[in-house]
Amino acid sequence: MTRTLVVVGHGMVGHRLVQALRDRDSSGVWRVVVLGEEPRAAYDRVALSSYADSWDATRLALDGGHNDDLVELRLGDPVTAIDRTARTVTTASGRRQSYDALVLATGSRPFVPPVPGHDLPGCFTYRTIEDLDAIRAAAGAAAGDGVVVGGGLLGLEAANLLRRLGLRTRVVELAPRLMPLQVDEGGGAVLRRLVERLDLSVHCGVSTRAVESAVDGLRVVLSDGTELAAGLVVFSAGVRPRDELARACGLAVGERGGVLVDLACRTSDERVYAVGEVAAVEGRCYGLVGPGYAMAEVVADRLLGGSATFPGADTATKLKLLGVDVASFGDAHAVTEGALEVVHNDPVSGCYKKLVVSDNPRDAGTLLGGVLVGDASSYATLRTLVGRTLPTDPGSLIAPAGATGATGSGVGVDALPADAQVCSCNAVTKSRIQEAIVVDGCADVPAIKACTRAGTACGSCVPMLRQLLSSCGVEQSTALCEHFPQSRAELFEIVRATGVRTFGELVARHGRGRGCDICKPVVASVLASLGTGHVLQGDQVSLQDTNDRFLANMQRNGTYSVVPRIPGGEITPDRLLVIAEVARDFGLYTKITGGQRIDLFGATVDQLPAIWRRLVDAGFESGHAYGKALRTVKSCVGSTWCRYGVQDSVGLAIELELRYRGLRSPHKVKAAVSGCARECAEARNKDFGIIATEEGWNLYVGGNGGFRPRHADLLVSDVDKETLVRLVDRFLMFYVRTADRLQRTSTWIEAMEGGLDHLRDVVVEDSLGIAADLEAAMAEHVANYADEWRGVLEDPEKLARFTSFVNAPGVPDPSISFRAERGQRVPVLLPVPGVPGAGEVAEVKR
Amino acid sequence: MTTAVDEQVWVPVCDYAALEPESGVAALLPGGTQVALFRTGDGAVHALSNLDPFSGAMVLARGIVGDRDGVPVVASPMHKQAFDLRTGQCLDDDRVRVTTHAARVVDGWVEVAVT
Ligand code: SRM
Ligand SMILES: Cc1cc2nc3c(=O)[nH]c(=O)nc-3n(C[C@H](O)[C@H](O)[C@H](O)COP(=O)(O)OP(=O)(O)OC[C@H]3O[C@@H](n4cnc5c(N)ncnc54)[C@H](O)[C@@H]3O)c2cc1C
Ligand code: SF4
Ligand code: FES
Repeated sequence: MTRTLVVVGHGMVGHRLVQALRDRDSSGVWRVVVLGEEPRAAYDRVALSSYADSWDATRLALDGGHNDDLVELRLGDPVTAIDRTARTVTTASGRRQSYDALVLATGSRPFVPPVPGHDLPGCFTYRTIEDLDAIRAAAGAAAGDGVVVGGGLLGLEAANLLRRLGLRTRVVELAPRLMPLQVDEGGGAVLRRLVERLDLSVHCGVSTRAVESAVDGLRVVLSDGTELAAGLVVFSAGVRPRDELARACGLAVGERGGVLVDLACRTSDERVYAVGEVAAVEGRCYGLVGPGYAMAEVVADRLLGGSATFPGADTATKLKLLGVDVASFGDAHAVTEGALEVVHNDPVSGCYKKLVVSDNPRDAGTLLGGVLVGDASSYATLRTLVGRTLPTDPGSLIAPAGATGATGSGVGVDALPADAQVCSCNAVTKSRIQEAIVVDGCADVPAIKACTRAGTACGSCVPMLRQLLSSCGVEQSTALCEHFPQSRAELFEIVRATGVRTFGELVARHGRGRGCDICKPVVASVLASLGTGHVLQGDQVSLQDTNDRFLANMQRNGTYSVVPRIPGGEITPDRLLVIAEVARDFGLYTKITGGQRIDLFGATVDQLPAIWRRLVDAGFESGHAYGKALRTVKSCVGSTWCRYGVQDSVGLAIELELRYRGLRSPHKVKAAVSGCARECAEARNKDFGIIATEEGWNLYVGGNGGFRPRHADLLVSDVDKETLVRLVDRFLMFYVRTADRLQRTSTWIEAMEGGLDHLRDVVVEDSLGIAADLEAAMAEHVANYADEWRGVLEDPEKLARFTSFVNAPGVPDPSISFRAERGQRVPVLLPVPGVPGAGEVAEVKR
Repeated sequence: MTTAVDEQVWVPVCDYAALEPESGVAALLPGGTQVALFRTGDGAVHALSNLDPFSGAMVLARGIVGDRDGVPVVASPMHKQAFDLRTGQCLDDDRVRVTTHAARVVDGWVEVAVT
């Protein structure tokens, strides 16, 4: 007999409950009806802030449960009443649903202090995708300033969003320090300094007295009389459990709110359970997803007749915002009796670490908790040691790297006991992960995630998953190929620092063997980025992929295409005529490209110099359609002609294309400039895209089309042209130096520790102190640019390589022929010898 | 009883100096056969058919020369399959091999054998 389970709320925990039940209920005892208030299925709320990376809600989607006959999702229709006698619930639309068991998973609502004006237009909360959409829409209209009320974990995430949206942001916190729940006074002081360095202003120890309407937005009045101008205000002053349904139907609630449940997560009605943030387990609510997931597992077990109980929860938190690490775990405030605090505080470098340990004379003490600000690299390991005897004295565990000869993290995964919980969000132990690696054969982090769920919530355990992989002997290689153990970025530094300028010397000194089609082009690209002359100079010829070796793109029949540069897509009729004549005279197939220029196809190797000669004489140069280099800077027509344009997008696109032309990079680089927010140049699907504003330019980075399209993220807004160019200089050079081979800017930023925030720190705030160096390198590139086609035409030795046959210069390749299609020449392909059945050897004679 | 007869005809192709180390060039043999000639870093000369058997284009001479686990190879410039320079064997698909030609250097001239 099938029974009906009704789940109220499809948030993270409701979703997990349904998954956990369906995983275990193989005989289909329960049919599940989920009634959700939000208009969409559950999503990763923990990662809500990352929604602003792409504004693409599908990226937050949680897996599973979409094609299950036994699960019915009814969304956008909140439950308004529960009738426990009739065992039914009613929704806002008036629909009634009966249940055999009911689970309340309604989460929390953001707490908005009831100050006058808290509900004015321009005031927001921070919990749902719709909240972020609303904030984004308002930020576009709000001039200048944003205020966040609340300086806790979520408040700082909200402040970071406002900052990313280009607002000058202030944070108001009632407590005397930021993140008062997680950090102590010392940590709070360091945190504040780090946050202020990033242009967020902080007002601690004051409350918000009122929000008032002002001429151009809002005004926030603080208890000390300060008035802050604000285009918009975000309230993030804590959360309150959404226990209203439970109260209305007479279920017991906790002293401080929340639906009161026992360790089985059962309410005062045995058919009704509560899980997640709305549940008060033995009176206590948890505002984190890990404990919620644990409750979901308990209820799934109970529904199938099990006897699981809530195991208690790890309330450790870690936050990485604006490139600032903050972590807190266990008894962070040392409230345990007799607890000792061991502190390392370095306000100059912005690093604060505290461990709380029990006073045990027989050993190094039991770890009770800790606070880490500025450098939380040891968090993953330390938190799993809570409640255990420390392997070494606490002072050395938090000493800065180098001071003790040990690393900052002090203790590796190997020191952890097998039952230590490595992923506390999903309650996965070290031994379970080792089993996944050794028994189930997981060879990388994504495989471990799929197999154990570890690492799939907050992600802070991911570094430990990597360590466990390597301690189980699974290599996580960054080696370029069999010839170089280094990554591309490391090779770049080696070449830059040592001045080695030939592949032969490099592979002899730092690699092995003779090289291959992976490392050779990488080294060629690194040499070219460092400005070592023409790409066909010296031994560089033999390193180049065929496209770079012939400065043209190879086509399927062995001919090449020729793409002259047309900066910004702007071209005079006379120049168009030149291209037309060249195409006609050499019989080249002609096509307008997706990059706002013209591609001429079907040139044989020996024709290339003659074609270039004509083009170069008319003032054209190589468009690098072949290189891992700057391709095009597309433009829209902009303010010169367009009645909506606010800036000269064509002029800027041309200037940027000429500035960065020829820059060799780990992968190709594309750009675009739009003259207004209508965005006709599609700048947001470029590696760097620029959109004009009334005040200046917005710079977006990390977009691309192609295989995995991704919109670029806003790096800075409303900057003048000089600042813009300086930031693009730094951005590109940083990319050239540190990205992996064939890594577009999008994946480079995604893979970067700290992501876009870190990138912004480095490029905009110069947190690594390398900006001047990056700018100088770019200035050198700009000064030394020379057209590669001309370089070949002017050098007989290079020119001599452009023949089809070494023993018959001038004889065209007889295997190449064409036919006509739609009035132009297209290749006739040679038959491909079929790949024969296994075991035979195909001797290909021709 | 038959005697093995050396039926090889050696065709002089080009000056050895025209070959750059770790690179290839194409040459046209009598009868229209195309060979890809490679000079490796150790000075050895190898000759393979210039035909990339996967794409049907005459392009192998324009591939990157290197080694895989010590085996001297050229990677097709079209789709990167590697071929053993000594035997023509494709290392990415054991069913595929391209024709090889014997090659030698005589008095500074590269000669290729045609059979
Ligand atoms: C000619 C052109 C198509 C056309 O007829 O319009 C073209 C042709 C090629 N594209 Fe493209 N792409 C062309 C615009 C684009 C665009 C549109 C754009 O640039 O605005 C895109 C999407 C935007 C992007 O790159 O983010 C595009 C995404 C790709 C990709 C996928 C990149 C990715 O990150 O996933 C490849 C493959 C690669 O580079 O690894 C590719 C690779 C190629 C190659 C080089 C493939 C190859 O190795 O032979 C093609 C040869 C070009 C040639 O022989 O001249 N092409 N390609 C366009 C040349 C633009 C130009 O003027 O330089
Ligand atoms: C920005 C942000 C960052 C966070 N970062 C972290 C972090 O790093 N680590 C961490 O552990 N936790 C973090 N959290 C907290 C975490 O998201 C929550 O603990 C978790 O989402 C709780 O899950 P839940 O299912 O109980 O509640 P929710 O995810 O809030 O889901 C409750 C759902 O119930 C719906 N609902 C409410 N009432 C009704 C009704 N009457 N009828 C129908 N549906 C209803 C709501 O609309 C909502 O969709 C963060 C939260 C936010 C907002
Ligand atoms: S982006 Fe703006 S300026 Fe450019 S063409 Fe479109 S509407 Fe005109
Ligand atoms: S600890 Fe949060 S995902 Fe593992």
